[in-house]
Amino acid sequence: MSSEAVARIARLKLRPHRIFGGIKPRAYKSSSLRSRILPCPIPDQLILSLRQHQGEAASPVVKVGDMVLKFQLLAEAENDSALNLHAPTSGKITAIAPHAIPGQSGQPELCVFLETDKQDAEIELTALPDYRAMSHLELLDLISQAGICGLGGAGFPSGLKLGDGIEKEIGLLIINAAECEPYITADEALLREFAEEVVSGAEILQKISLAPQCVIAIEKDKQDAIAALKPALRNSSIKLIALSAKYPTGGEKQIIQGVTGLEVPTGGLPQDIGVLVHNAGTAFAVHKAIIFGEPCVSRITTLTGAPLQTPKNFEALIGTPASYLLKICGLDKKQLTGAIVGGSIMGVELKNFDSPLLKTSNCIIAKSAKEFPQQAKEQACIRCGYCANVCPAQLLPQQLYAYSRSNDRLKLQDYGLADCIECGACAYVCPSNIPLVQYYRASKQEIKESMLRERQSEYWQSRFQTHQYRLKKNQEDKLSKRKKKKSAAGTKTENTFSREKARAEIAAAVERVKARKKKLIASTKLDK
Amino acid sequence: MLPLINQPFTQLVIASIVAIICLKFICSIYIFLTAQKAQQKSLIDRINACLPQTQCGQCGYEGCRPYARAIADGDAINKCPPGGNETIISLAHLTNEALTKLNPAHGAIAPFKVAVIREEECIGCTKCIVACPVDAIIGGPKLMHTIIEAECTGCDLCVEPCPVDCIEMIEAGTESVKWVLPSQVGRFSRLLEAPQ
Repeated sequence: MSSEAVARIARLKLRPHRIFGGIKPRAYKSSSLRSRILPCPIPDQLILSLRQHQGEAASPVVKVGDMVLKFQLLAEAENDSALNLHAPTSGKITAIAPHAIPGQSGQPELCVFLETDKQDAEIELTALPDYRAMSHLELLDLISQAGICGLGGAGFPSGLKLGDGIEKEIGLLIINAAECEPYITADEALLREFAEEVVSGAEILQKISLAPQCVIAIEKDKQDAIAALKPALRNSSIKLIALSAKYPTGGEKQIIQGVTGLEVPTGGLPQDIGVLVHNAGTAFAVHKAIIFGEPCVSRITTLTGAPLQTPKNFEALIGTPASYLLKICGLDKKQLTGAIVGGSIMGVELKNFDSPLLKTSNCIIAKSAKEFPQQAKEQACIRCGYCANVCPAQLLPQQLYAYSRSNDRLKLQDYGLADCIECGACAYVCPSNIPLVQYYRASKQEIKESMLRERQSEYWQSRFQTHQYRLKKNQEDKLSKRKKKKSAAGTKTENTFSREKARAEIAAAVERVKARKKKLIASTKLDK
Repeated sequence: MLPLINQPFTQLVIASIVAIICLKFICSIYIFLTAQKAQQKSLIDRINACLPQTQCGQCGYEGCRPYARAIADGDAINKCPPGGNETIISLAHLTNEALTKLNPAHGAIAPFKVAVIREEECIGCTKCIVACPVDAIIGGPKLMHTIIEAECTGCDLCVEPCPVDCIEMIEAGTESVKWVLPSQVGRFSRLLEAPQ
């Protein structure tokens, strides 16, 4: 099955294909691209969430009061969906307590508080410049150890994704550098300055996933990054594909369509059609993890927005508080109306400014009233159909909206709510200002919960049935035992009740007594 | 025509056609009867699938399936407090009955709770083990009991028999993260994009 998919990909001509739908919002990217990537100074305190992505939390292996060195393991992943967490710098663990993190749920998570000593003393690392001599499974293990997750935003553990890819056979590895969302420039800046490192990371990923082909996909309008990539790719088998610039080209399913023309089936993963997608930032992290042995402790993140005097890209340590990053970019508090972590379309509102940077935080936008005016009131759907034109998954957002409001689960499933990638293109073009994605997310959650409930009630039913079966069986056992006892007792009384037998027994007993008496008399005579 | 009918081959053909028609008729009757029976059976099953399966007996029946059987025989659909409004709506859909509010005589709608034994107070009387409809309690005579949280349906049936009142119902921590509607993010819209 999967080798078929690999063969199909081998036959394909990789070139830019058309992607369904999409929008072309203003990019707002130039301001943060003016300066080079700067290393962010070490803040006084780092807040490291044990849950860096939407998976299981890691369990801490350090105690409060411990002194740790840079790259030392702080928390260990106990299962596949969790991520190892390492110390981004040296210092002292002051607390392990819940703290707000940027995220959809807005719930506080358990975090490790690290008071930095600014020494930045490292533990010894094992560098592997000649990784080619190693087997792909050994390299995969190193990637999992390094705590690398998808740095593009979703944060799926890279080791898990690669392992799944190896199992299913991969025909094509795509390095996603499209970065289609407004404001974010982290990947573009990364490619501009570290193109060779990204290509090296891509080669490592290709070796691990055993993919015969590898492609770096980027949007056409990122000319600086393309110019930097071309010389880096000269001695490599990796191809560069420039896609047309629109949102959401960088979506996983969209970039596969853009490069191969293939669509990922409903409910399937890219691995099912023989494609694996990794972000450019992930490739960079993989390069550092293998060549230098460095675990993932920092990331390139964009700080932008009108209230910042010097918007730029930072190589910031994981756990740096957002307020610290905003401050050193020259935040004008008068203009500030709020902040977003992520892009302007799919990002989430930053509720607590002390929230730390996560491995998945690719951008922090400081909002101003000019760029982000107050939300206009939601009005009735006029069924104009603009949303259906821009939907990259080719769904009918207006229908989904109607069924979401009427809470019609079956219809929502029929109309393919599960295929919605929540890109927000529909809400962006909606003339009635309906926050469509929020409706879809709420409905998705509801469907998930009700399915969970159904599963649970099925389980309870089976438990109840076994319980009743047990009671019934116990009862039957008891009855049959009683019967057996009765019948056994019955046969005994019958046997003893035959008169002749009784007489014979009595006679025998009398005989025995007589015999014994005789013996006794005889013995007394002998004694005398 | 007549001589043709008298030929043995034609007779054979006619006989076989008649036989096939008879067979088909018998089969269709059999299928009709079994289908009706199956439908009747599946109505109870379908009603049972709407019920939450907590087996709490708040409806006045022994468990969910007996209540489903009673509904199929025409009992009211608003006697299930753990199922709440959702169950009433799905039952109304299924049975074509009018939507009614939950009958307060059977209890009120409450958040999902699970039973927890205060283990230091447990005297090991096994009374709760007997009461539990899903065998979620483990323990033996004169030994401490405990409740497997994942198995507990929150039916409340073990609380009453406990002679030392060491079982309490606590709200279960839900694993799933509720989607909080963001206030401002969704507004990045073409209509409001800042003028160039």
